[in-house]
Amino acid sequence: MAGAALLGRLTWQPAEVADVVTETPRTKTLVFEVPGWPGHRAGQHVDVRLTAEDGYQAERSYSIASAPDGSRLELTVERLDDGEVSPYLTDELRPGDRIELRGPIGGYFVWELSVGGPVLLVAGGSGIVPLMAMIRTRIAAGSGTEMRLLFSSRSWDDVIYRDELERLAGDAGLVVTHTLTRSQPPGWTGYARRVDAEILREVGPRADERPHVYVCGPTPFVEAVAEALVQLGHEPRMIKTERFGATGG
Amino acid sequence: MAHDSSFVSRGFHGRRRGEADPGRVPPGQYVTPDFPVLSAGPTPHRSLELWNLSIIGEVDETRGWTWEEFSALPTEEITVDIHCVTKWSKLETVWRGVSVDTLLDGIETAAEYVIQYSDGGYTTNLPLEDVTGGKAWIVYEYDGEPLAPEHGGPARMLVPHLYFWKSAKWLRGLRLQSEDDPGFWEVNGYHNYGDPWQEQRYWGD
Repeated sequence: MAGAALLGRLTWQPAEVADVVTETPRTKTLVFEVPGWPGHRAGQHVDVRLTAEDGYQAERSYSIASAPDGSRLELTVERLDDGEVSPYLTDELRPGDRIELRGPIGGYFVWELSVGGPVLLVAGGSGIVPLMAMIRTRIAAGSGTEMRLLFSSRSWDDVIYRDELERLAGDAGLVVTHTLTRSQPPGWTGYARRVDAEILREVGPRADERPHVYVCGPTPFVEAVAEALVQLGHEPRMIKTERFGATGG
Repeated sequence: MAHDSSFVSRGFHGRRRGEADPGRVPPGQYVTPDFPVLSAGPTPHRSLELWNLSIIGEVDETRGWTWEEFSALPTEEITVDIHCVTKWSKLETVWRGVSVDTLLDGIETAAEYVIQYSDGGYTTNLPLEDVTGGKAWIVYEYDGEPLAPEHGGPARMLVPHLYFWKSAKWLRGLRLQSEDDPGFWEVNGYHNYGDPWQEQRYWGD
């Protein structure tokens, strides 16, 4: 059956949960073992499929959080209280469970070493996930590509990958800037408002340095950031966006 | 879609919310009351004075409309279900716009394909027969209001029988040609045709 006509089809593959890591009160990272995983590029996503005992199925898309690493694949999922799939993934799944997934999917919102730099990543909340895959890809390769992350979270406790980002921020050429929009810890000296043109200008790189820009977050966040970047002189075609709505998961 | 009945997700029951007539929602889709936004780059903001729409390519004569001319063309109200490849479907969306048949009326062409092209550089390709015969519109109102920029305003394509990326936002023209020419998402891993009922999401589906 595996004739030429089937080559290239993304088939559903079983994925076994190897670990579940709590990132923030609302998000967890699911570490999967996916035998035969073909590898992926940072920024790509997978489709996840759940099947109930009576055959009912639900599918959703999730960004890949991990750098390519053999058969190991990490997804970071934010729990949406009214969601159908994300509460199951964050509350129910435990090591040894299996789900089905297929991918990798998407060839545009992608960064790899050959794209080069400088790179500006702008994340809102769980929009960090595909951007973290880019940071991890850069780190794993020992690349010196200039990469700046501007990360908007509601509070310090809501900062996904906080410890890892703190650790990586010492890496030469990788600059991490947070803004905390709703509440700030005592003594916070960083940004404490929504991302605007002034923050983007201060974080850089400047438009004339022609950075590759990746923006991911909720729709109003992405709309505002992309518009501010265009106002600052960044070419629209250098700005790649990925958006998610208030519902879905 | 083949269902491997041997696979069950332990403890998953599903919410099955918004369960409309199951025959109305394509495989792998869920119904949402919202209108999520998906686009690959910044939203272009085109003033109506600088907007026009063109029919170009392999036609006996190219055609063009200013906004004033375009908005004077006869319109239809279209109520349809739309299906995004990212899994959401939205039922009974209400649009107003101009049928592609109206725009192509009287044009002579041997072309078999049409490329939609937009502000911001987006393109998407289809067989010409998928946008003629009452199957596609260029719309500029949604729910009785001018179409918002993030949803494709001033005007976007509406091809409701295919996944919604086949309905280009910020449309500026249709290029008719005899050869197919895969568009923006079609060269980035997505299916060349995109029938939601066949679940043609990605290459090879």
